[in-house]
Formats: sequence, structure tokens, C-alpha cells
Amino acid sequence: MSNSARDASRHHRGVFIFLVLGLLLLLVVFLSTGMGYIRIAPLAVLKVIFSHLTGNTQLLDGLDKVFPYVIWDVRLPRILTAAIVGCGLSISGVVFQGILLNPLADPYTLGVSAGAAFGAAMALLMEIPLLGVYTVPLFAFAGALLTLLFVLSISSFEGRIASNNLILSGIIVATILSAGISFIKYVADEQVSVIIFWLLGSFNSRTWLDVSLTLGIVTAGGLFCLYFARDLNAMALGDRIAMSLGVHANRTRVALLVAASLIASVCVAVSGIIGFVGLVIPHLMRFVVGSDNRILLPTSALLGGILLLFADTITRAVLPHEIPIGVLTAIIGGPVFCYIFRKNRRVMIHG
Amino acid sequence: MDNPVFNIGGLHFAFGKHTVINGLDLKIDPGHFYGIVGPNGCGKTTLLMLMMGYYRAHEGRIIFDGREISSYSRRHLARKMALVPQDFTINFDFSVREIVMMGRYPYLPRFAAPSREETRQGDTVMEEMGVAALEERSVLALSGGEKQRVVFARALAQDTPLLLLDEATSNMDIHHTLHALDRVARRVRAGKTAIGVFHDLNLAAMYCDRMIFMVEGRVFAHGETEKVLREETIETTFGIKGKIINHPLSTGKQVIFQKESTL
Repeated sequence: MSNSARDASRHHRGVFIFLVLGLLLLLVVFLSTGMGYIRIAPLAVLKVIFSHLTGNTQLLDGLDKVFPYVIWDVRLPRILTAAIVGCGLSISGVVFQGILLNPLADPYTLGVSAGAAFGAAMALLMEIPLLGVYTVPLFAFAGALLTLLFVLSISSFEGRIASNNLILSGIIVATILSAGISFIKYVADEQVSVIIFWLLGSFNSRTWLDVSLTLGIVTAGGLFCLYFARDLNAMALGDRIAMSLGVHANRTRVALLVAASLIASVCVAVSGIIGFVGLVIPHLMRFVVGSDNRILLPTSALLGGILLLFADTITRAVLPHEIPIGVLTAIIGGPVFCYIFRKNRRVMIHG
Repeated sequence: MDNPVFNIGGLHFAFGKHTVINGLDLKIDPGHFYGIVGPNGCGKTTLLMLMMGYYRAHEGRIIFDGREISSYSRRHLARKMALVPQDFTINFDFSVREIVMMGRYPYLPRFAAPSREETRQGDTVMEEMGVAALEERSVLALSGGEKQRVVFARALAQDTPLLLLDEATSNMDIHHTLHALDRVARRVRAGKTAIGVFHDLNLAAMYCDRMIFMVEGRVFAHGETEKVLREETIETTFGIKGKIINHPLSTGKQVIFQKESTL
């Protein structure tokens, strides 16, 4: 095979894998909608969805009256939120790893999760009734953004932001915030169980507002990051080479940091802290498609959506008792990550 | 007479309070291989980074191709000059070919695959740098010298009129060092310009037709290698005594040094 044919075939392979994962995601969404306490046949699921999309109520004739409610108002918002959050955390993970030049980075490296947790814990502790059920997500989001701004401001020096400084600042700030969270738990009394439950993450009782919020930010942020995916490739060789290849390394880094953190913040705000997705998914996907971020980013997004939805469906519909999704991803993701780490270490030492 | 590639005047640059470039003037003419030499910390690399527009001058001017360097877009500059840095780290397993083809980024739309012609260009430079057999390998699995040859090939794939080399062969063995510099010299004979920072005076003397001696952020001596490579210059620049001899195997000059203890 000639080299240009090989280049082209690699390109096509990426597109092919993306399409396969896309179809798989649709399939998992569809199948999981029928699963749960009430089992619903695939045909009935299709009928309910199409009747909602087209407004044709005749499709519902002969179906149990509770089906449309279960599917459209209870399950789909939760399922779509889980899938979108999985996409978002994976996109954010790819970008953070690329920017920080560190395959061990994840969306929470800069303390976004600790900031969100702190914000949410504050809201839960004070029982602030500001915006009803949206008070906690809003506080979580604000906490995440303020943390990001703070980390950025303490790690920049003469207008430049070095990757090592970012990681260190993130760790420092996250540690301080963790102490703050511990203090809140300590003084929280009976609210402590609510705070702990929120911190463990859940997709329970999500609404269409959650879906549209996450969909909007993850899509916009994801497309923004994808636009800079090739620049991220060049930045893997360091700022000097990236600059010599025509990339504004510093400017691009700040823009991508903000976009990826925004995505991570909205994910944390609607679902709590779900670990390991943003760390493990990009690693898994690199084995399949390589390190070119133009392919890695969109395929990781889809794989993240599939796997997080899969995990959420297991805890929702398969396990006898629902366990928090954050715990489940850690139980599955932790060992997977250990395996990847062992496997990669050989290469890293050699390099 | 062609317009100068660079016309640098009254250049100042500092890291915080530490002045690195201190009133530097320099003119670079096209079609020559320039070798910049000088003691550690005299500002060689910083000068190269200023020429590339990576750092912004605090004072003075850097006129590139008739215009102030900061007035160009990065993409435009990426089509005019390529850089081989002294060393670099990479933590992601890009293949050798992927790295080399990054040299075509400045010419391609963001999501375009390289054309057949460009792929062939990639093949050529990989063969030139002796990394063609490694093309499918991950860069993480390469030795330091191999990595440097890959990054060198990437700069050649950029096919720019100007090449900036910052200790570009520091990790290569002598065979690959000579081979890589030969490839640069060949391009200079074809009309391109190269500016290299060298630690090895004799490599610079062998390949560069012009040399620039830097001391404490200024140009101390600058001109044709034959004229400027002198025992007094070396003594003032590096504080050591050396003897200039004619190259026994070819044309040009070389420097012979002595062990310090026998001085």
C-alpha cells in the first residue's frame, strides 16, 4: 500500500470508528430506555418517542397509559443527561491531558470538582432556597468557575501559563477546598448525608432542563475544542515547536482550559462528581485511534457517553439497589486504569 | 544585493530583572549558513526565540523580510521559518509519520489530510533523516537521537526559506550529526538560509560560511568564517586558548584545544 493511501485509510478508519460508536450510542440509549422497574418492549419505546417527536398521539393507542410518562418524563431525561455528561467528561479529559501535556490529567486536575463540591456543600448546608432545585447545581457551577479563575490567576506568570504551574496550583487549591468541605460536613449535622450523597454523584430525577443545559454547553464547548484539536497535536511537542508550526500556544491553552473547564463544571453541576471517566476514556480510545486529537476527541466523546450511560443503566435497572454512579465508575475505572498504567509504564520509562 | 532576512537593531530582552540580550545589532543575509557561538548564558537561544517571535523584544527592532516580526501572523511565519529545538518532551504516542507530517500543518486546513504530493515530501525528508524505517513506530519508543531526527525531519517537511537550529544535533551521534548538517548545507546551497546555535566550534566552522560570536547578550564578532574564526576571538569569547589550523581533510579552518591542566 502506498503511503498516501495509508494516510487516507487511517483517516477513513477514524471516521468509520466514529460512525460505529455513534450508532452504538443510539442503540444503548434506545435499549436502556426500555429497561428498568417497568420493562417496556422496544416497539413501545419507539412508538412513544416518535409520538412525542411528531405530535402524533395515535401511535400511543393500545399502550399502557403510564408508558409515555415513564419513558418521556422519567427515563429519557436521565438517560440523555448520563450520555451527555459521559461525552462532556471525556472531551474535557482529552483536552486537559493535551494541554497539561500529561496523560494522567483529568477534568478535575485543576480543582474544578473540589470547587463544585464546595459550592454544592455550601448550598446544602445553608439550605439556600434561592432557585428551588437549581440552587445546588448553580452553586456547584459557580464554585467550579471561581476555582478555575483562581487557579489560572495564581499559575500565570508574565502572561504565560506553564503546565507544571497549573497542575501544582490545581492540587494546592483542591486541597484547601477539600479541607473546607470536611469542615462543612463536620458542622452540617443532619444535612451531612445529603451532602455526601450529592458528592457521590447521581443522575436520579434529571429533567429536560438538565438535558438541554448540558447538551448546549457540551456541544458548543466540544465543537470549540474540536476546532483547536490540531493545535493541541502541535502543542504536544512543546510551546516552541507549536509556535514554529503556526500555533498561538499560550492563547490556545487558555481558551481550551476555559472551554474544557466549563464543560466539566456543567457536568459536575448536574450530576455530582463522577470520577475516572475523563481519565480512562481518552486512554482507552488512544489504543484504538492513536493520539491525533482530531480523531481522539470525537471518538472519546462517544465512547464516554456509551460507557457512562451503560454504567448508569446497570445501577438503575440491573442492580437490586441503586448505588451512586460516582462509586460505580470508580470501582470499574480504577482497576482499568491500573491495568492501562502497568501496560504503558514500559513505554514511558523507555521514552 | 538581496534584502537582508533579518535586520536587528538595538535589541534588548530580559527575564524579569535578568538582562539576556543587551543592545544587540545583527544583519542576516539570505543564502548563508550562520553559526551562532558563545559561552553558556550569553543569549544564543534567546536570540533565536526572539527571531522566531516566540519572545517579544523589550526594546529595539527585529525586521524580518522587510517588516517588524510581530506584525506577521503565526501561520505566515510558520511558512517562512522552521525550528529544530535543542530538546523536547513528548508524552503522547504519535507515530513518527504523524510528527513529521505536522510540518505540513501551516499549509493545510485544520481537518484536511495531507495531499499525495505532501505525503511524498514527508517520505523524502524521513529518508533524508534516516527515520523512514521507523515511520509507524511510536515516538515514545525512540531514543533521544532518533527523536531529534524525527523532529528535524518535521522541520524539513515545513520546507521554509529559513531554518532555525537550536543545538539541533545535540542528541545525535557523529554520523547522524554530519548527515543532518549536510542536508541543511545542501539546502543553503540551493538558496535557503540557516541560522544555527552551536556548542561545537568545529562543527560550526565546518558547515557555516558565516559565524556570529556572542558575549553577554551582544554580538562580539560577526562575519565570514574564514576571517572571523581567530585565536584572539576564541580567547575573548570563551576565555580559552586554541590553535586555528587548516582542515587536514578538506577546506576550511578547525580549532585545536588543550587540556586545562597542561596549560
